[in-house]
Amino acid sequence: MTVDALQENTLKQLPPDGAPLPHAASTAPFAPYATEAMTPEQERIYLASQWQLMWWKFRKHKLAVISAFVIVAIYAMAAFAEFLAPYNYTTRNTDFIRAPGQSVHLFHEGSFIGPFVYPYAMRLNMENLKREYEVDHTRPQRLRFFCHGEPYMFWGLIPGDRRLVCPPEDGTFFFLGTDRLGRDMLSRILHGGRISLSIGLIGVSVSFILGVIAGGIAGYYGGRVDLVIQRIIEIVQSLPHIPLWLALASIMPPTWSPLLVYFGITIILGLMDWTGLARSVRSKLLSLREEDYVVAAQLMGAKPARIIGLHLVPGFMSHLIASATITIPKTILGETALSFLGLGLRPPITSWGVMLNEAQDINVVALYPWLLYPVVPVIVIILAFNFLGDGLRDAADPYR
Amino acid sequence: MLIRYILKRILIMIPTLLVTSALIFTVINLPEGDYFETLAAEMQAQGEKADMSRIEFLKKEYGFDRPPVERYVRWVAGLLQGDMGYSFEYQRPVREIVGDRLLLTMIVSFATIVFTWIVAFPIGIYSATHQYSWGDYGLTFIGLIGLAVPHFLLALVFMYFANIWFGTSIGGLVDPQYLNQPMSWAKFRSVLEHLWIPVIIIGAGGTAGMIRALRANLLDELQKQYYVTARAKGLPPGKALRKYPLRMSLNFFISDIGDILPSIVSGAEVVAIVLSLQTTGPLLIRALQSQDMYLAGSFLMFLSFLTVIGVLISDIALALLDPRIRLQGAPTK
Repeated sequence: MTVDALQENTLKQLPPDGAPLPHAASTAPFAPYATEAMTPEQERIYLASQWQLMWWKFRKHKLAVISAFVIVAIYAMAAFAEFLAPYNYTTRNTDFIRAPGQSVHLFHEGSFIGPFVYPYAMRLNMENLKREYEVDHTRPQRLRFFCHGEPYMFWGLIPGDRRLVCPPEDGTFFFLGTDRLGRDMLSRILHGGRISLSIGLIGVSVSFILGVIAGGIAGYYGGRVDLVIQRIIEIVQSLPHIPLWLALASIMPPTWSPLLVYFGITIILGLMDWTGLARSVRSKLLSLREEDYVVAAQLMGAKPARIIGLHLVPGFMSHLIASATITIPKTILGETALSFLGLGLRPPITSWGVMLNEAQDINVVALYPWLLYPVVPVIVIILAFNFLGDGLRDAADPYR
Repeated sequence: MLIRYILKRILIMIPTLLVTSALIFTVINLPEGDYFETLAAEMQAQGEKADMSRIEFLKKEYGFDRPPVERYVRWVAGLLQGDMGYSFEYQRPVREIVGDRLLLTMIVSFATIVFTWIVAFPIGIYSATHQYSWGDYGLTFIGLIGLAVPHFLLALVFMYFANIWFGTSIGGLVDPQYLNQPMSWAKFRSVLEHLWIPVIIIGAGGTAGMIRALRANLLDELQKQYYVTARAKGLPPGKALRKYPLRMSLNFFISDIGDILPSIVSGAEVVAIVLSLQTTGPLLIRALQSQDMYLAGSFLMFLSFLTVIGVLISDIALALLDPRIRLQGAPTK
């Protein structure tokens, strides 16, 4: 292009004489973030709250979601034990001692008659004094549903007699067999769950509160207070667990009512487990207390308890919940171990540990294996809590 | 620097152990009554005429007529001189009773630890390197089952099937015929035949925990940049794994020493009771139940001492192996 042509070009772009020059800036609406525009999908994630993000992440962990459903179902079953159990858990059927389970059938001699059981008759074998049960395959007995069964007090408060399933009118329905007093195992497992499962929750609450308070104080104040609390934690951890349980459990006077013993055991189990939680709270607080928002709160005159409880702890609540979830199964197992040794709960309180205590003889494994059934819910609930804990722990840090 | 740190730690150990001893003493003395009252009651229950003068004599002999504080001071002073006291129930010095059972306990515990490591190590590495594969899920699940089944129950079931399938005698660590015999080749074989049951059962829970910890640690390390760099410059996966992340995740094994040391001498109490092993665990439980105070107290003290020592050893080992771990100074922001 020649110089002349260039000059001509420039002249063409200029407005005619007298007319105003066009504005130098763009007339498009002011949008500083236009280059960083997000798709609706991105925007949703960007604007989501922390809890929302955690829920999305948790949802991906299929096993944890299934476990959560299992846990809710098992807790619901324990809550409605009276309605679900075919018998009261204290009812003794002296004609059916250590009877094996009756399986539910649908077809009798090829024809469908709905859920029913075959009755059995007990015969004492005089040679080895073993009770032998003979199933009578000729008389099917139909089960009744939503029927009036043995009266009960729902949660010890509301009287009722409506049950999901009842034994046949002139027969028995021991789905999982009976124990040495002829009590229905299924009903006992359902009722025992109430104690075993609540021990897990209450025990963890105790250790949760203790852990947050001790760890919170140690982490927030630091220095000498921290040193003392650290030593206390070390001491508690250096004491072997089972002997300490034993010693503490034997303090409880035998005159205490079973309910008091239950609370005592729960608190003992909780007292052992708070150290791990306290340590993690402490280490988190040590770094968080230097943050600007803490200084701001301090300058505004907030008291330490308020700062810890309102500003600091919520920041890592999700971690705390995740680690608490993992300690629940420990507490449940602890109860079974203590009761197994005969130092935990005592009859008439029925828990899975108490039931297993009756199954500690090797004869049981050989002759009455159905007395070991309480271990099935123990395994299921512990697996479920472990998976749930894993899922929660992964979800607790949604920004990773 | 290191020596100063060790000295400081040992100095801190002294008050810690003192408080622990006071705690143990109180906890053991908390239940109503003492061993002699139980003994007198038992004798009366059995119809024997309780020899009150003998019991009075014993009480005086062991200082039970003195205030608890004095007994405590005496006990601690004895411990400092290596005197663990005298067991009421066995009528022998605590040191001898524990010593009798210590060898067997340590055999069981060592076998368990070796079993745990041999099983957990390869599984943990496999799970971490094959995250979310079927192998990972399956192995983790098996490990969790070991964690979820109550040990005492596992012990019962194992004992039963070992008896049915292999004809192993029920309970104990040797066949009854070798019970009071000196160690021989046949007895050793009999011990081996019985040993695997407690080893698997006690190891089951620990294995699960170790697999999880190793897997989590390795997964963290595998995401770090140094590993990515090592892989990027062409190091084969196996070598890259062995060279860096594996060593880092070993820290976890070392910090575990603090827990392992006491468990070597105490063994798993509940399993030992079910399997009627002649280890120290059931001894301790029995002593606690019968309020055999010096046996229970001194042994518990011994365990706490080992824990504190174990924690110290693992801290020092960690500091030596991993220079990034600082021994002193407040955590920075």
